[in-house]
Amino acid sequence: MDVLLDGLGEAVRLLVTGDQDTWAITALTLRVSLTATAVALLLGLPLGLAVALGRFPGRRVLLAAANTGMGLPPVVVGLFVTVLLWRSGPLGGLGLLYTPTAMVVAQAGIATPVVVALVAVAVQQVDPEFRVQMQGLGASRLRSLLALLGEARLPLLAAAMAAFGAVVSEVGAAQMVGGNLAGETRVLTTAAVLATSRGQFALAIAFGLVLLVIAFAVNLVLTLVQQGRVDAR
Amino acid sequence: MRRAVPAVLALTSALLLAACGGAPAAGPSAERSLILATTTSTQDSGLLDVLLPEFSRGTGWQVKTLAVGSGQAIELGRRGEADVLLVHSPAAEEEFVAEGAAGSRRLVMHNDFVLVGPEADPAGIRGLDSVEAMRRIAAAQAVFVSRGDESGTNAREEQLWSAAGLTPTGSWYQSTGQGMGATLRVAAEKDGYTLTDRATYLAQRDSLSSTVLSEGDPALLNVYHVIEMTTRAGDRVQPDGAAAFADWIVSAPAQEMIGRFGREEFGQPLFTPDAGKDEASLGG
Repeated sequence: MDVLLDGLGEAVRLLVTGDQDTWAITALTLRVSLTATAVALLLGLPLGLAVALGRFPGRRVLLAAANTGMGLPPVVVGLFVTVLLWRSGPLGGLGLLYTPTAMVVAQAGIATPVVVALVAVAVQQVDPEFRVQMQGLGASRLRSLLALLGEARLPLLAAAMAAFGAVVSEVGAAQMVGGNLAGETRVLTTAAVLATSRGQFALAIAFGLVLLVIAFAVNLVLTLVQQGRVDAR
Repeated sequence: MRRAVPAVLALTSALLLAACGGAPAAGPSAERSLILATTTSTQDSGLLDVLLPEFSRGTGWQVKTLAVGSGQAIELGRRGEADVLLVHSPAAEEEFVAEGAAGSRRLVMHNDFVLVGPEADPAGIRGLDSVEAMRRIAAAQAVFVSRGDESGTNAREEQLWSAAGLTPTGSWYQSTGQGMGATLRVAAEKDGYTLTDRATYLAQRDSLSSTVLSEGDPALLNVYHVIEMTTRAGDRVQPDGAAAFADWIVSAPAQEMIGRFGREEFGQPLFTPDAGKDEASLGG
């Protein structure tokens, strides 16, 4: 029990005293995971729309693949990206392995299926007549699509939260493609694992608590955006 | 309702903006940075945290450290994924150097392995030499926690078992597949025995219930070498970076830092610097 209290004390101390390493690790965590979430949204939104509304062969298989991808183990994605980025691998010339960029790539790979699957569900639960009516009222295709997204905004924001939650909390891919390099690719999850293996449990718990705090902060913003619209309705 | 669409788009672009601040920072680190593949003991004990900033300051090379078992470190070297290795698995190293892809291999430092276990010592190994201790543990079927990860420590443990004429199997023999710190933890929680390098044990002693039971015989000597990789291992290996690191770590200032490391915190140095010595002269 003592170690939990020590961890709490350590977390407060690290944050209040503005411990440079902790802030750098926290900033990198946010940077990598938010970037990966943004990339996943950019890729996943159109893909999810296409899977939900499109009529093309293989659509259901694609949707099933995205649904499977929601449970994609980060370690598998990490391994795949690592092998691609190895010096001896096909993309080795880029020199990206063990950089934050590589972590963004891997985490985007983890989050994109989540976005695709949740966007598809979000859009499909809107009354199919909705788009027909919009177009009947003279709206362009794009206009009606945007209106459809507006109608599905609550689950869409939930998709963004799920994507962020999936990447900010994962450790397997971050460790493998990032290498947990101090000051370069060390994020809160890998720092917590390292502190644990060094027997610094209070520090590990402190990192865990900081992770919870920033995850909460990001989700609070998203939730306020989401629920603010509900109240305004 | 229509205002919601811009809201979603605004959110996406806000996330992207956050991204823009981040991505470019990844670029510069690719220049003059070398990859060091090493063992978990050098990282878990904190030695690298002391050495690497000095090396970077002195030479301008940034170091990307991959702290893995010696087996994996050698494999990374073999594939040309690392520029320089700092490892402690002599038999595997000699084999590896004989393959021809590695450059020079130089002695850096040593410490020793110790057999740790619960204070109660159910197998009665206290004070015995290591091979006899292994026999007793097996005979008593007392819990033994192995790294099981082809690390240098794991390789030494297997040598001890074979010197004892045993092949450990059964529910008492457990394998973690994890680093030294994690394995020490598991052994302590299970009231089991394990083989550890002294540095990692000392660095974590305060949070462990295990105690040193067998130490000091020559079979427990733990020697670290630095191995430079060459372009024979892969086109993208940086022999100049490898040479810079290897030359630095055997230099007098680095050796002095190694000898000092841990003295304040643990009351004794965790490693003994050995650059330039004859390996055969190292006592147990």
